[in-house]
Amino acid sequence: MYDTGDMGTAARPLHALNRVAFGPRPGDAARVRQMGVERYLEQQLDAASIAEPAALSERIAGLRTLHMTPAELFQEFQEPIRAAAKGDVAAKQAARRQARQVIGEATEARIVRALYGPRQLQEVMTAFWFNHFNVFAGKGLCAIWTGAFEEEAIRPHTLGRFRDLLGATAMHPAMLFYLDNWQNTAPGAPGKHGKFDGINENYAREVMELHTLGVNGGYTQTDVIALAHILTGWGLAKGGAGNGQQPPRGMGLREGSAGAALAGNLWRRPGGFHPWWRRQMQAGGGGARRPGGPRGPMGPYGFYFDPSRHDFGGQTLLGHQLAGGGIEQGERALDLLARSPATANHLSYQLAQYFVADDPPKALVSRLAARYQASDGNLRDVLATLFSSPEFWDPHCYGVKFKTPYEYAISAARAVGADVINVRPLTGTMAQMGMPLYGCPTPDGYKNTAAAWLNPEAMMMRLSFATALGAGRLPLERVPDAAAGPMAGVKHPERVRQMDFNGAAAAPDAAQLALTLADAFSPRTADAVEAAPVQLRTPLILGSPEFMMR
Amino acid sequence: MAKRCGESEERADGGPVRGLGRREFIRAAAALTAAGITLIGPHAWAARALGDDPSRKRLVVVFMRGAVDGLNVVVPTGDGQYYEQRPTIAIPRGGDGGAINLDGHFGLNPALAGLMPYWNDGTLAFVHACGSPDPTRSHFDAQDFMESGTPGVKATRDGWMNRVIAALPGAHGPTEAVSLGPTVPRILSGPMAVANIPLGRAADHPMPLDNPKIEDAFDRLYDRRDALSRAYQEGRVARRQLLSELMADMREADNGAPSSAGFGNDTDRLARLIARDPGIRLAFAALGGWDTHVSEGSNRGQLTNHLKPLGDGLASFARQLGPAFDDTVILVISEFGRTVHENGNGGTDHGHGNVMWVMGGPVRGRRVYARWDGLDPGSLYQERDVPVTTDFREPIGQALGVHMGLDAPALRRIFPGAPAASGNTSGLIKA
Repeated sequence: MYDTGDMGTAARPLHALNRVAFGPRPGDAARVRQMGVERYLEQQLDAASIAEPAALSERIAGLRTLHMTPAELFQEFQEPIRAAAKGDVAAKQAARRQARQVIGEATEARIVRALYGPRQLQEVMTAFWFNHFNVFAGKGLCAIWTGAFEEEAIRPHTLGRFRDLLGATAMHPAMLFYLDNWQNTAPGAPGKHGKFDGINENYAREVMELHTLGVNGGYTQTDVIALAHILTGWGLAKGGAGNGQQPPRGMGLREGSAGAALAGNLWRRPGGFHPWWRRQMQAGGGGARRPGGPRGPMGPYGFYFDPSRHDFGGQTLLGHQLAGGGIEQGERALDLLARSPATANHLSYQLAQYFVADDPPKALVSRLAARYQASDGNLRDVLATLFSSPEFWDPHCYGVKFKTPYEYAISAARAVGADVINVRPLTGTMAQMGMPLYGCPTPDGYKNTAAAWLNPEAMMMRLSFATALGAGRLPLERVPDAAAGPMAGVKHPERVRQMDFNGAAAAPDAAQLALTLADAFSPRTADAVEAAPVQLRTPLILGSPEFMMR
Repeated sequence: MAKRCGESEERADGGPVRGLGRREFIRAAAALTAAGITLIGPHAWAARALGDDPSRKRLVVVFMRGAVDGLNVVVPTGDGQYYEQRPTIAIPRGGDGGAINLDGHFGLNPALAGLMPYWNDGTLAFVHACGSPDPTRSHFDAQDFMESGTPGVKATRDGWMNRVIAALPGAHGPTEAVSLGPTVPRILSGPMAVANIPLGRAADHPMPLDNPKIEDAFDRLYDRRDALSRAYQEGRVARRQLLSELMADMREADNGAPSSAGFGNDTDRLARLIARDPGIRLAFAALGGWDTHVSEGSNRGQLTNHLKPLGDGLASFARQLGPAFDDTVILVISEFGRTVHENGNGGTDHGHGNVMWVMGGPVRGRRVYARWDGLDPGSLYQERDVPVTTDFREPIGQALGVHMGLDAPALRRIFPGAPAASGNTSGLIKA
């Protein structure tokens, strides 16, 4: 199935692990070689076929807030802040500290899955699509909803249809809040009130510029305004998920009230909904948590369409007439965006840039775009085409991607087989290098090119991290101190700088590390490692040019 | 010559990966030499005598990413349309909490009161209705164009400040341009070496790499001319040059207390570094959080809350520069302005023309430079935004020409295709 071209047999397993996974863990390269790269890729594309180790499942299950809906999160973590606001400053601060636990658990889930999850492609694509649909945990309620956004809107759809990703993100409270659409209101609408009294272009612009068509995708300011009108009333349930009859109270966002009476009927109206949406609704509300599952008839996870703030007029979008209507008008607009050739091109370029090269081969981008169109946006099909392309296996494309800080830190901890109980030294390092997890304030997300990340100071920080990790001096295995700040674990211990490196080698072992990395080093690296004191050999391998690249 | 990955001639990284081999490095080095850039070893840089070039003139650029609402920064208080279009977010005309009068027509957001001493002594000016001629309302394209210095041209690979380094006379060292933050921004990207200093406490703390044994080991790995080696070598030299200054500064300024984070602290540190090290000619910092689509607020609220630390931070920056302020031009820019009318959510959407802030000893200040056509709908860009009547490259070009002493051919290399000056900012910068 996969044309692995003329890339050397020895290089192929490592190449696959570097691109399709976050680099090899001990034993991975040998295992992939033995099972065959083709079989490995097939398996990765069928994530559900890969069993998750019990230890990982248990660790994820133990992250309580990761399994809560936006409405539940709001009730438990936002309400106390509001309640305390009336007076007690100390109580308010305590409530804020409590709320920080939510992003902490989301962070832990992301990192340990990336480190230990056997469904590596899914982890890679979760990071990729989260970044594509970036929300910023530093903006208001996104502090408690960003993890839920990844769990509910991103992760379940990473190897599915793009239209599902687009719809799930468009309706997720985190995105509605982040790009302000929850306040987007038809001018003069009966439900207008306070600051819900007019068009807001923010989401309408970014969904075309960043999520779908791309900045040169052929839309105009007129299209931005038309789409903003179409998406009026797409907002937040006043109380998130409830018993399905009334929008439950308590979300407290000064929202959702006016249209509540109409809502029940609207949601039951047959037809007009995107099939994914219908499936979510039919799957039943309020039950046990399922990935991508519904949260109640208000819509999944606390989305609420307020007809009293919606513009029911017809609109022209990208030259297409969209008849007036309710939420289904927005669904048709998203259909239109997801099926546009500009979207196919934009997404294909980004995938090829991530998986192949900073300046991706044009012919490959075209073939991926064609596959996207032919499969109606099936992301698994597009990836299968990518992984079987001669460009992916071109030996000139081997090791040409400069790792992002996220990829560098994760791949290093994987390569040394670290037993990570405390993720902070890893997340702190990412933040210090300019790539805090869930901390990109702008909707374009982080870039993954060398131009963005390769700079003098980055090299200094990477090599310092490599030294601390390679000398076994990062507190990864220590239970984190709950009272310590988020940057605790980052400060490379003074004692690493003062080590004399005359001692015997300690864990992590350099020979084992070299084996894990398939012994694929240039003569220069091999010589430098050979010449170094034994205690510095692991740091040198982790800091080598080969390990900076994937 | 071996085929490369992809179709582009240029590789962004040029890294020493297997299969590429030595020929690539030789080719890259040859290309650089052909471009007139001499590759010299790190120790040559370190040995460079500071102040080779007698000029101590500096340029500092602060980028407000996210498109600040210039109409609520330098407020057209004399324009009735302003108050009509902004029923809830306009800054009042005067009085307590109102705009601080500048020239009768414009007033300053009261959050920027900390800058008034500079206005009053003639070292602060504003250029209104200024910006990029490109019509994009994408933050990312607009920032890209303002940083490449070539609006509408995406193919430009380097940033205009990097081209400025190349144009400056004398030997070039890796700390001639300094950027605040862990990554090098587009505006400084390019073939010339640039130092970046981390934010917060990481800036002046020793790291493992400062151990000579560790350094020696990595020196062997990164001793060539590929992109990774060059970044490594520049990083070592920049660290050697800047760390001692930073650590001395930390001892003096903070009495040994760990430095805290925050824009003001970081920029103060940068200012002291510039004041100490005459080799630093260019500096850059960026600040986000200006994309006020909802609840922008008037003289209280989100925008004002963001402006106050910037205004106070700039005033402090100027103080920390000390006598170097007399030889420094500080430009505060943003990718575009915001709609004249307020939207339905107490915010503003993406617009066009904006205000540029120009500060420093060589500035002929106490004046708002602009061709100001008013805010009547007929005068607006696409009937909604402040038009751009002054190209952003015009005041910058003046700073580079009049202040930094670059000649016309150099300016044409830095801003290829820039239009002829409108004259709106004549006399803004003193020689």
